[in-house]
Amino acid sequence: MVILGTALLAACYLAGIAVGEGIAVLIGVQANVGGVGIAMLLLIASLHFLQKRGLYAPETEKGVTFWAAMYIPVVVAMASTQNVLVAVRSGPIALISAAASFAVCILFISLINRVIERAHIASAPLASDEE
Amino acid sequence: MLHLLDKAVLEGPLVTAFAFVGVVIWISNFLGKHLTGGRVAGSAIAVLAGLALAWLGGAITGKAKGLADIAEFSGLALMGGAMMRDFTIVSTASEVRVEEAKKAGWLGFLALVLGTILPFMVGVSVAYAFGHRDPVTLATIGAGAITYIVGPITGAAIGASSDVIALSIATGVVKAIMVMVFTPVFARFMRLNNPQAAMVFGGLAGTVSGVSAGLAATDRRLVPYGALVATFHTGFGCLLGPSVLFLAVKALFG
Repeated sequence: MVILGTALLAACYLAGIAVGEGIAVLIGVQANVGGVGIAMLLLIASLHFLQKRGLYAPETEKGVTFWAAMYIPVVVAMASTQNVLVAVRSGPIALISAAASFAVCILFISLINRVIERAHIASAPLASDEE
Repeated sequence: MLHLLDKAVLEGPLVTAFAFVGVVIWISNFLGKHLTGGRVAGSAIAVLAGLALAWLGGAITGKAKGLADIAEFSGLALMGGAMMRDFTIVSTASEVRVEEAKKAGWLGFLALVLGTILPFMVGVSVAYAFGHRDPVTLATIGAGAITYIVGPITGAAIGASSDVIALSIATGVVKAIMVMVFTPVFARFMRLNNPQAAMVFGGLAGTVSGVSAGLAATDRRLVPYGALVATFHTGFGCLLGPSVLFLAVKALFG
């Protein structure tokens, strides 16, 4: 049943967020620490468990993959609710520190990714889109 | 007739958002295919269109939630809110190939550390260059350059004034939007074409909203790898911001 997949996804989400809150309380931080990442790991583990036992029925899978396919639409909705006005009107400090920190990050990403490419830590580039 | 439609729209905000976003993506894919000959991904155009609409909504209402502040489009706030964003991000984990992620776990952590410290240093330097000398102000603006959530949390913890906190939120919002817009532009330069590179990107670029939208606009298949690391970014920043990073600034400028 489709709902079983979605329910499993929801359970992983809730458990992950709860663990993230727990870590936050333990280390005294006022924000969820990696709850979504932990939820992702839980989902990966539970799907692996179900697949090994042949319990991951195609119908169940639909209840997970539907939401993965809804990811881009959700991101577009998110973009349309950003406070772009504040971003456009913000003074030079906000603009320059944001641009400069993004630029520095891009340089480091580029550097690290070139190194791991040479060192064969990175996988081969994904084939261009099948679409 | 129009009155009836308006009533239906107002009574079903989330469903309206589904229909509306569908139209935006449909038009964006059409433009991507026929206007740019497939060179610009439809999803990149859709994210840009979303931001443009957010600006429009903000300009019309003068409020903070973009297009969602217009009653007819209020469902966008639910569809694009943190709950749905995180729920769909978790679902993309169903596409993660574990061997790929395992290869770069330590790299993700390194990127996370750099992605927290570097923007902070840049933010502090810029604030210093603009004449700020108070360690609390410097650290709050620096934390805003990490993400727009780390900024206010750090600011509140170390007792920054509300205008400084507002400035640090603005810094974080500008950064998130820059990541959304410019990730596809610099994807080739960043060698952003494999799962490990996406994990490095997720840690360094930080902000979940920026990373998720930026990767979606670049290559949808990279999303889960980047998100896996990026979701630790805010928590990590909130851990270091009011503690180690603030104390370092205090020692330097206090």
